[in-house]
Amino acid sequence: MNTPQPARAYADPYLAGAALGLVLLAAFVLVGRGLGASGAFASTAAGAVALVAPEQAAASPLFAHYLSAPGPWLEWLTVELLGVMLGAWLSAALAGRLLVTVEHAAAITRRQRLALAFGGGVLMAAGAVFARGCTSGQALTGGALLGVGGWLFLVLAFASAYALAPLLRKVWS
Amino acid sequence: MSAPLLPEGSSLGASLAIALVLGMGFGAALERAGLGRAGLLVGQFYGRDLRVFKVMFSALLVAMLGVFWLSRLGLLELSALYLPPTYLGPQLVGGVVFGAGLLVAGLCPGTACVAAATGRIDGVFVLFGLFTGMLGSGWLVRYWPDFYINSARGAWTLPELLGLSYGVVVCVIVLIALAAFGLLQRVERGAR
Repeated sequence: MNTPQPARAYADPYLAGAALGLVLLAAFVLVGRGLGASGAFASTAAGAVALVAPEQAAASPLFAHYLSAPGPWLEWLTVELLGVMLGAWLSAALAGRLLVTVEHAAAITRRQRLALAFGGGVLMAAGAVFARGCTSGQALTGGALLGVGGWLFLVLAFASAYALAPLLRKVWS
Repeated sequence: MSAPLLPEGSSLGASLAIALVLGMGFGAALERAGLGRAGLLVGQFYGRDLRVFKVMFSALLVAMLGVFWLSRLGLLELSALYLPPTYLGPQLVGGVVFGAGLLVAGLCPGTACVAAATGRIDGVFVLFGLFTGMLGSGWLVRYWPDFYINSARGAWTLPELLGLSYGVVVCVIVLIALAAFGLLQRVERGAR
């Protein structure tokens, strides 16, 4: 991992996108649902809260949703996300792209980058809870099925990121 | 054949095994596209790297056309597919907040998993943030329950909204996406 072997170039984005589309189509055909990501975090949080304070978990409309059978630890999206990590790791290992590092622009410190990563994660969780999904579950899955919510979310999330971009130029320069 | 082959309520073990395999394909595709790297992903919003748009819309087109033609040929039962629900107000606010978080984090929940799995510590911190944010949101939703379920429209589709047929909407989206792809290629060639 630390030996400087040449990393292979990334795939053509249209080709990688088409492959992703086939995986999504396979999900529809096999199990009748699309892909997702944020739900796995909601489910894990629900499980954690239920362990410490079951009555608090049951009182939250968000957590209560994940506590019914088969329970928060056997959530489909959680297993799917474990697969995402495994598949990504395998793919990067085969291409010589595994690298332990903190990716950040020269204008900010590692510590600042990690704080922003954490804060951005908190914001995305809140956004995904109210939107009932994230880039995977609403924009991609909902979008492919022509859901109004999916397209609304897709357009607004892109617009919001574009609107904020000039203010965070230094972070990403 | 009538898909979905394993509809809701069938064997949990089989369903979870498929989840793992589909996830692996999902993760590998995102990694191959370079979307596990915050710096590359965010390039979209500064006009220097448009791979987010290209990957997202080519995936969306392939899946959308696949679902359309399989259902048209009678091989896929559309009504058995789970369509993420529409909640206009919460999705408006959620979309804006999510987009801001996406730019700050530089990764979305799915691509943060790819970043973390391939060694990027910033990706790991996005995952911590997502988990913490979910704990907070569970509380937020409890104290703001009316807004959480505000303007619920259920499984609402663009053809229903626009009063057009499924095929016409699919066709319009394909034409718009192809025009956008063509424009992107032209802009990129001009920039080089």
